[in-house]
Amino acid sequence: MSENQKLTDVVMPQLAESLVSATIAKWLKKPGDKIEQYEPICEVITDKVNAEIPSTLDGIMAEWIANEGQNVGVGEVICRVAVQGQPTVPAANHHTVQAMPAAVTTDIGDQSMRSRYSPAVQSLAAQHGVDLSAIQGTGMGGRITRKDVLAYVENGGRSQSQASAPQAAAAPSPFKGLSHANPAVTPEQYIPQPPVPERNSGLHMSESPKIPPIEVERVGERETLIDVTPLRNAIATNMRQSVTEIPHAWTMVEVDVTNLVLLRNKLKDEFKRREGYNLTYLAFFLKAVVNAIKDYPIINSVWATNKIIVKRDINISLAVGTEDSVMTPVIQRADQKNIAGLAREIEELATKTRQGKLKLEDMQGGTFTVNNTGSFGSILSYPIINYPQAAILTFESIVKRPVVINDMIAVRSMANICLSLDHRILDGIICGRFLQRVKENIEAYTLDTKVY
Amino acid sequence: MAVMEYIDAIRLAMKEEMEKDESVFVLGEDVGVKGGVFTTTKGLLEQFGEERVMDTPLAESAIAGVAIGAAMVGMKPIAEMQYSDFMLPATNQIISEAAKIRYRSNNDWNCPVVVRAPIGGGIFGGLYHSQCPESIFFGTPGLKIVAPFTAYDAKGLLKAAVRDPDPVLFFENKKCYKMIQGDVPLDDYTVPIGKANLLREGADITVIGYSMPLHFCLQAAEELEKEEGITAHILDLRTLQPLDRDSIIEAVRKTGKVLIVHEDNKTGGVGAEVAAIISEECLFELDAPIMRCCSPDVPAMPISPPMEKFYMLSKDKVKEAMRQLAIY
Repeated sequence: MSENQKLTDVVMPQLAESLVSATIAKWLKKPGDKIEQYEPICEVITDKVNAEIPSTLDGIMAEWIANEGQNVGVGEVICRVAVQGQPTVPAANHHTVQAMPAAVTTDIGDQSMRSRYSPAVQSLAAQHGVDLSAIQGTGMGGRITRKDVLAYVENGGRSQSQASAPQAAAAPSPFKGLSHANPAVTPEQYIPQPPVPERNSGLHMSESPKIPPIEVERVGERETLIDVTPLRNAIATNMRQSVTEIPHAWTMVEVDVTNLVLLRNKLKDEFKRREGYNLTYLAFFLKAVVNAIKDYPIINSVWATNKIIVKRDINISLAVGTEDSVMTPVIQRADQKNIAGLAREIEELATKTRQGKLKLEDMQGGTFTVNNTGSFGSILSYPIINYPQAAILTFESIVKRPVVINDMIAVRSMANICLSLDHRILDGIICGRFLQRVKENIEAYTLDTKVY
Repeated sequence: MAVMEYIDAIRLAMKEEMEKDESVFVLGEDVGVKGGVFTTTKGLLEQFGEERVMDTPLAESAIAGVAIGAAMVGMKPIAEMQYSDFMLPATNQIISEAAKIRYRSNNDWNCPVVVRAPIGGGIFGGLYHSQCPESIFFGTPGLKIVAPFTAYDAKGLLKAAVRDPDPVLFFENKKCYKMIQGDVPLDDYTVPIGKANLLREGADITVIGYSMPLHFCLQAAEELEKEEGITAHILDLRTLQPLDRDSIIEAVRKTGKVLIVHEDNKTGGVGAEVAAIISEECLFELDAPIMRCCSPDVPAMPISPPMEKFYMLSKDKVKEAMRQLAIY
């Protein structure tokens, strides 16, 4: 590091009124990375929010003080950033300037307080019969302090600072308290400890998600221990809160998606060429769900002990899995979007999730959750409600099955739709009707359906 | 012994006193169903029922008045002011009634009420959620005022306050609620009202303070000793009224240099009275001017975060004041 670079501490900001600490989830900048002001340097997790911490200045990441997973108090240093210093200020100076501007020079220079005696000094001098003019003052402006007199008396009439100044810094002496004023104190004593060895084991955005460290304890026993990451802990807390507070009930319907398959096959290549992203089944399913919620708004509600809050905006939380977690980013105002618009949102949120770039606002305001469990081959699932919403719906795999239509057997593309519901708010009849409406909406897709 | 947060220690003190003594009850805004805006009274309603944990209207004068009346006929109420900022409508009840009942009735009546009120800023609370009103009540004979800064003191002082036969204002610091943790015995103990507590021994300067800024003083003292060899003698007043004169004098005599630290603004604060005691009693022991490190005399806590930071004390501000006194 060049001489006119200066290390600046970056502290944990106060993210919300009552928060006193936050956990570092992931460092986004590693030592040596260039940082611009307002650029995110790390992600943090708190009781209330997950957020990115923006840099407060331009510079180069010098070292991490807090590690990933570590809980850090508000105002504590999380990392140091090297900033280009002012070339006019010699680097050697700024430590000492900050440490003790006047004191270092006082005991030879300024003697303006030399003959000002405090009541304590005069009392002690009278008590011990000491001639104050014989004592060297170590206080401000050469003032004789109470401790100077005491030390003089204890020393049998010699001024400590004259007798043993060179040793004062090394040996513990009655003057310990005044070592700051001693020229023997080197500037090193005011410099923060040198940085700890550089770490290089962190996770960065270019890397794939890290498998939590596996620690084998107790050699010979056939088990391994995996650290619970802050994210895992947050998922666990939310899941536990949901299943303990919400009485879950579950129901399922079967949907004939043959026409939808044909429709999508007709459109998807052209769509991909024009829009640059995939037209997924999920977009069609979402549209069907959103329209059904419009017909049954009670699905879009929250239990609030003595009342039920029905949300007017339909914001769909989309469960997106990564290798080691599941997140639920939100499609805001899903009812205002057409199928193509939903497809775009799905693509964007899924990409952001996998890249770990979700922002706080991407996660807020969800009113109903949809999980595309078919994407990993499930044909039946029992989802846990995304607290505090009223219900969660899954789309299962599309499979070809023999189906009886008009007493004839046909091969049709079929899919299951599962719904977990908060039985405090919703009952079987309303959910049955809602699922029937979703089913009707999906089965109503024809080759003429427009996605725009 | 358990490690708990400051706020948990306060809750535990109330719970224990309510279990022990049927005449103890809690009243205030949102203390029942909600469990207090800071969750200080959480769980008490479930345990003790709504007759002993009472939600009141938004009327601090009534909260204090009801509590004072109940106390006069033998109950031991703990009245909560949601923020000490909201306490001013109750000032008349507290100063003119509670503080004077024993004197006015020639010792026939007394008033064992406890008024709890969170003080202090640094939580982005702005004008109406950050004040330190201790100087308003300070200097009213007949009132006792305590202001703990650790979880241990919070529990012990609150229990002592509940058992005290006279009105006690319990000023808890809201910034400490979640920030401060400490060992708290799970058994029945009290911290005596009227006794200061020596936190740290030192030979260079004496620091006297109370409530949250003491944490800054302790941190600064550690650093000053390590970095510059300055040792600080730190006294926690614990009780603001009556002040523990003997402990103050003794602590001053130790070094002859005194710094008084509090978050309430400088003029007319508790520190002014402490300084007066020192100048009355310790003139010939003083080796430096009595110094005060307090919040500035501006009308209110600013809502803007940089300005709040400017207003609030911090470890660095306290440390600089301590260093200046040490080199004097």
